[in-house]
Amino acid sequence: MFEAILLTVITASTPLVIAALGELVTERSGVLNLGVEGMMIMGAVAAFATAQLTGSPYLGILGGIVGGGLFSLLFGFLTLTLVANQVATGLALTILGLGLSGQLGESFVGMPGVRLPAIVIPLLSNIPFFGRVLFSQDLIFYMSIALVFGISWFLFRSRAGLKMRAIGDNHGSAHALGINVVRTRYLAVLFGGACAGLAGAQLSLVYTPQWVENMSAGRGWIALALVVFASWRPLRLLAGGYLFGAVGIGQLHAQLLAQSGGIAIPSQLLSALPYIATIVVLIIISHNRRTTLINTPASLGKPFVPDR
Amino acid sequence: MRIELQKRANTSTLFSILSPLLALVLTLVAGAIMFGLLGKKPLGSLYIYFVEPLLDVWSLHELAIKAAPLILIAVGLSICFRSNNWNIGAEGQFTIGAITGSILPVLNPDWHSPLILPLMLVMGMIGGALYAGIPALLKTRFNTNEILTSLMLVYIAQLFLDWLVRGPWRDPQGYNFPQTKSFQPEAVLPEILDSGRAHLGIIFALIAAVALWFMMRFMLKGFQVSVLGQSERAGRFAGFSARNMVWFSMLLSGALAGLAGISEVSGSIGHVQPVISPGYGFTAIIVAFLGRLNPLGIIASGFVLALTYLGGEAAQLSLGISDKVSRVFQGLILFFVLSCDTLIHYRIRLILNPSAAQEGKS
Repeated sequence: MFEAILLTVITASTPLVIAALGELVTERSGVLNLGVEGMMIMGAVAAFATAQLTGSPYLGILGGIVGGGLFSLLFGFLTLTLVANQVATGLALTILGLGLSGQLGESFVGMPGVRLPAIVIPLLSNIPFFGRVLFSQDLIFYMSIALVFGISWFLFRSRAGLKMRAIGDNHGSAHALGINVVRTRYLAVLFGGACAGLAGAQLSLVYTPQWVENMSAGRGWIALALVVFASWRPLRLLAGGYLFGAVGIGQLHAQLLAQSGGIAIPSQLLSALPYIATIVVLIIISHNRRTTLINTPASLGKPFVPDR
Repeated sequence: MRIELQKRANTSTLFSILSPLLALVLTLVAGAIMFGLLGKKPLGSLYIYFVEPLLDVWSLHELAIKAAPLILIAVGLSICFRSNNWNIGAEGQFTIGAITGSILPVLNPDWHSPLILPLMLVMGMIGGALYAGIPALLKTRFNTNEILTSLMLVYIAQLFLDWLVRGPWRDPQGYNFPQTKSFQPEAVLPEILDSGRAHLGIIFALIAAVALWFMMRFMLKGFQVSVLGQSERAGRFAGFSARNMVWFSMLLSGALAGLAGISEVSGSIGHVQPVISPGYGFTAIIVAFLGRLNPLGIIASGFVLALTYLGGEAAQLSLGISDKVSRVFQGLILFFVLSCDTLIHYRIRLILNPSAAQEGKS
């Protein structure tokens, strides 16, 4: 029983972790992309469509990454080249993504999906308990763990990561030092889009292998909150992602328990728990003004036009 | 090829008028391409989508019904956005306003007094304002990002409405449909003309827009909004309080969204049901930007976006395209508006051969 719950928590947490990681990198470069929800749903529909048309869930993953990435370039062009307002453009990306994915996915509604198979790692999967929980998962789960440690290394141990953080903290100085601010930010936005797309692919290939309109159901927004919760650090983000995932799964089990036990807890109240939890967590994290100021990339959301 | 921006010395008045129009033209071009890809005649489809709904009186009334909430919400949001407070939870404030406004007719279906309607409207505004007060309180007291909190509150408000109409507020004689009893005639917002369904909501919207335009143009409060929005530091030197501005803009926009909510429920639905809005609160964000955050501009853009809803319904009927097209159109409009706004502040130069341009400079 405990193992089964743990497995569902992992499946529910993985898309949050991946999407939030992408946004973490984007925000570390000083760009606030509120379009995570839109890129995620575009990734989900692209992944589902690719998997349906080719029959391969692995090409589906690729489709999700490409779909989310391409869609993020639209945001990049507007905010980085045309210096449009990042908050408004991010909202536009979400609105357009939700509409476009509904339109594109119309013919896929109700189709049985292609489920991404689990990859059982030999030897390691024989370890009691941990083997089944951690080493008999699908590719996207392994990718999420690799991404957490990869991004952590990149940001804090590599030269390119240092440059990216410099841009995020002071784009004027970084520009004066000869770092190409706009190019780096394009790459960061693209990476964020690809991650959101991968998270979307997880939704339509693993979590519920089918296409349902609006299937991201606010997860993109929760991922945005997760970045704040993690104070822009990948390892904290991993922990936070699993906490949020556990709240989501916990409320589902509570609904079942309440139903079978005849306890009159409104299901709507339990469904609202993840959103309430997000607000509570945001309050706890950000109430200390000074630590928030230290952790937030100082150029976050500010427009940058290179002087020539 | 590279695109370079050159800051204009002054903002361009020409482009501040032209940019929304240019954005609409680009949206139509993109729409024509989209219809073409869907295998429909591009121009004929655009005609059905954007012109036909304007041709008969009945649909003009529908246009006013849809424009009313959009304008009401968007003028409130324009004050928020201009003062740099990103309230994106208007959909939730709309929902709560509809709920608090409906308390009287739902709980007292036999109260036939002319007082009921004004009380409902006031209670709707209070409900919306209080709900917007939550992110305002969290922002001023706990420094919490209002974008995320206001959005999370949308989901919570919708679930609360769902619980209400399926549980305590459900009409016992309603054949198990999840909706309340129909409101008594005194609780229904009157229609303005005999020719159709358009109700007083559109009048509220126009009054709110003109009043806020006056405030922004001629009153100190409006000046505070612009100064604090452009530079909080400059505002502080002038003795304006950013904290008070958070409260003012959020409560104002919440009250207007709440008024939109109760007007919609009382004027065009007539009872409370699980879904009361086709995303007005989010579409109003687009309306605000298309109107260039100017209350008078928002009146015009409110009708444009209302047309996308009607066009979506028309396209569904006569072209057999799903009404999701309207969401795509709305997203496209916002994209093009935001890109065209660049022209107001910058000159755009296309540099075809970057290395040659560099040499020319040196």
